[in-house]
Amino acid sequence: MTQVQDTSDFRSTVRAWLEANFPASLRNKGEPSPGALTGNLTEDEKLWKERMVGQGWGTPTWPKKYGGGGLSALEARILTEEMAQIKSYNPVAGMGVSMFGPTLLEYGTEEQKERYIPDIVQGNVRWCQGFSEPGAGSDLASLQTRAEDKGDHFLVNGQKIWTSGGHLADMIFCLVRTDTSRKHEGISFVVFSMHQEGVEVRPIKLIAGHSPFCETFFTDVKVPKENLIGPLNGGWSVAKRLLQHERSGMGGRISGSGDKKKERPLGVVAKAYVGEDEAGRLADYDLRARIIDNAIEMYCVEATVRRIAAEAKSNSGPSTATSVMKNANMDAMQERAELIVEMMGYRGLGWEGEHFTPEELAAVRTWLGGKAGTIYGGSSEIQNNIVAKRILGLPDLTSHSEKLEGKAA
Amino acid sequence: MAALNEEQTILRDVAKSWVDERSPVSAFRKVRNAELESGFDPGTWKEMAEMGWSAVIVPEDFGGAGLDYLTMGLIFEQLGRTLNASPLLMTGVGAVSAILQGGSPSQQNKWLPRISEGSCVAALAFEEGARHDLGNVSATAVKSGTGFVLNGQKTFVVDGMAANLLLVSAKVDDKIEVFLVPSDLPGIQREKLNLADGRGAALVSFKDVALDEDSTLSGGIELLEHIADRVRAVLSAEMLGSSIQAFETTVEYLKTRVQFGHVIGSFQALQHRAAAMLGKIELSRSVVEAALTAIDQGRENVPMLVSAAKAKVGDTYHLISNEMVQMHGGIGMTDEHDAGLYLKRARVTEAMFGNQSFHRDRYGRLDGY
Repeated sequence: MTQVQDTSDFRSTVRAWLEANFPASLRNKGEPSPGALTGNLTEDEKLWKERMVGQGWGTPTWPKKYGGGGLSALEARILTEEMAQIKSYNPVAGMGVSMFGPTLLEYGTEEQKERYIPDIVQGNVRWCQGFSEPGAGSDLASLQTRAEDKGDHFLVNGQKIWTSGGHLADMIFCLVRTDTSRKHEGISFVVFSMHQEGVEVRPIKLIAGHSPFCETFFTDVKVPKENLIGPLNGGWSVAKRLLQHERSGMGGRISGSGDKKKERPLGVVAKAYVGEDEAGRLADYDLRARIIDNAIEMYCVEATVRRIAAEAKSNSGPSTATSVMKNANMDAMQERAELIVEMMGYRGLGWEGEHFTPEELAAVRTWLGGKAGTIYGGSSEIQNNIVAKRILGLPDLTSHSEKLEGKAA
Repeated sequence: MAALNEEQTILRDVAKSWVDERSPVSAFRKVRNAELESGFDPGTWKEMAEMGWSAVIVPEDFGGAGLDYLTMGLIFEQLGRTLNASPLLMTGVGAVSAILQGGSPSQQNKWLPRISEGSCVAALAFEEGARHDLGNVSATAVKSGTGFVLNGQKTFVVDGMAANLLLVSAKVDDKIEVFLVPSDLPGIQREKLNLADGRGAALVSFKDVALDEDSTLSGGIELLEHIADRVRAVLSAEMLGSSIQAFETTVEYLKTRVQFGHVIGSFQALQHRAAAMLGKIELSRSVVEAALTAIDQGRENVPMLVSAAKAKVGDTYHLISNEMVQMHGGIGMTDEHDAGLYLKRARVTEAMFGNQSFHRDRYGRLDGY
């Protein structure tokens, strides 16, 4: 163990490096420009990406031999905190970094890691996820997309849905059925290019309007055998691990600690629409009580994210506590979005046009788009199943536990 | 659990085994059934003091351990699990915080060593109305010679029957001050208030009570808030412990009670309610520990964090104590079962030093709306 003993040393190293290398034009934005999604980076954004990739800090805990940062979990947390402090962002974020990469490092062969990991580390390849199907949502294991064995390759036919960013992706990690006689034990995990014959992507319009989600159709898509991750018919275990990584990103984030430029409390913003009483309180007492309740709940989630981070002594991967956090975080965020629309009154109901401010129009879209939060990544009900069975040890009524738990299992 | 140091881990573990062995729920039931005037068992209190718990946050100069509020909170979480009844909160947290913050050297030298060794039981006589309000003070202290004459009445004085020392808020002219009042002074009358939780508090009247010059603490209404926030934070830790035990007892029952040929814990309607409760416990722990840590670090936002913690853990304990009765069904309605003890303790601790709506309102005011 030759890790940095004094973490304050590491913190000051990180701080100095960020100070010298994070371009001034990107400060306090907390995210890249909208163009970044489609690869149209500004000069400074390009520079920032190059510098972070050079350090391996886009994937801070990944092994150095693939270009990762080789940091301990604690050091990575310090890096995250310091980046949040100056409202910086990770320029190589994406599903390759947050979901596929960590899973491949655990389940992939050495050859597969060498083939895919360096491109993820450098942010060269955009990945999307092919899990859900029209008939396989919460009951994910009922998926029907077939992969037929054709000797040196699989022939893939079927349809995926909610393929987030599918229209922009270069590669997909995908669950396919390689055995129709068994449910969970007939699923395999494969990866393949989105830029090939037989792959068709159609964006989906949602209740909030345009979305990053797509329907993806596969017609006789050829997938080489070496693109199988994990054992044949053993894809369910790989998928479960990947979903844990997915959920760990949904339980709330650490914002910049001690952030002086904290955004104004919702109740203060609400005064512009609702007015205040003689004592300076929000004039609608019922709304005020619910805004306060939500503010406390949001703070509870943030405090819990901090606590979990503080307790995580080793890099042991996402814990089961993340299941509790997803529901707490999503419920609080949905309620906040509801409150913002409510406090704006008629002005919080505009769909488009110049009669509404950008904030008002955003409020409506955030409110509607946010309804997905309790559905994707394992719905709230699935999360509760996981907590009841895996954490509380409550028994299953049926003998087919996997069936009821779906994505949870 | 916050990332604890070795000392905190040891103290928590000691508290846990002591509680399991010496102060299980059955011990509290015995105290309640005995209808003791004090509301607690003196023998149990003696043991607690001997373990140094009344001295946890007292500085070493006054015979204390000089530890922090988070450590005290860890002990209280364990005490809360089994509904331990003792004057530790008012004495070891309330009075100690008051005297440390607002006491003169001579007051500190007089009272802190006694509290440390467990020979002094203190109570906070701050309430006059039906609802928590530190600013609602009609009691008066009128200057007389070098001292004061105290008149008025205080209610809901927890541990007031057993206390040797009363901390009393009273108005000097128009300004609220806090006084140290030995309970054996002439003119003090105490009546037991029998509360639903079986512990009891006191109604205390002061009629022309002569106080000497060394009885005033400095700090006024700010001192009252300072004391109250520390009591609220540690009480929140106790309520967290009670919530956890009530929840665990209930989950155990869900695993054993059979209806329709299945244990009832296999029914999804109950499973999802149990999962929701666990989520609330996890969130509550985070904010309780954050409030205690903010106190230890002397942070400016202590009042907001304390109100968030008391409001959140109050909601959690409220829900879980109700679900404990409901999920136990008929047996949960019987006095023989522990569910009722948790339910009653829940409501009393919710009301103490401000219930959820009090603290939500306070949070909103402190947050600027």
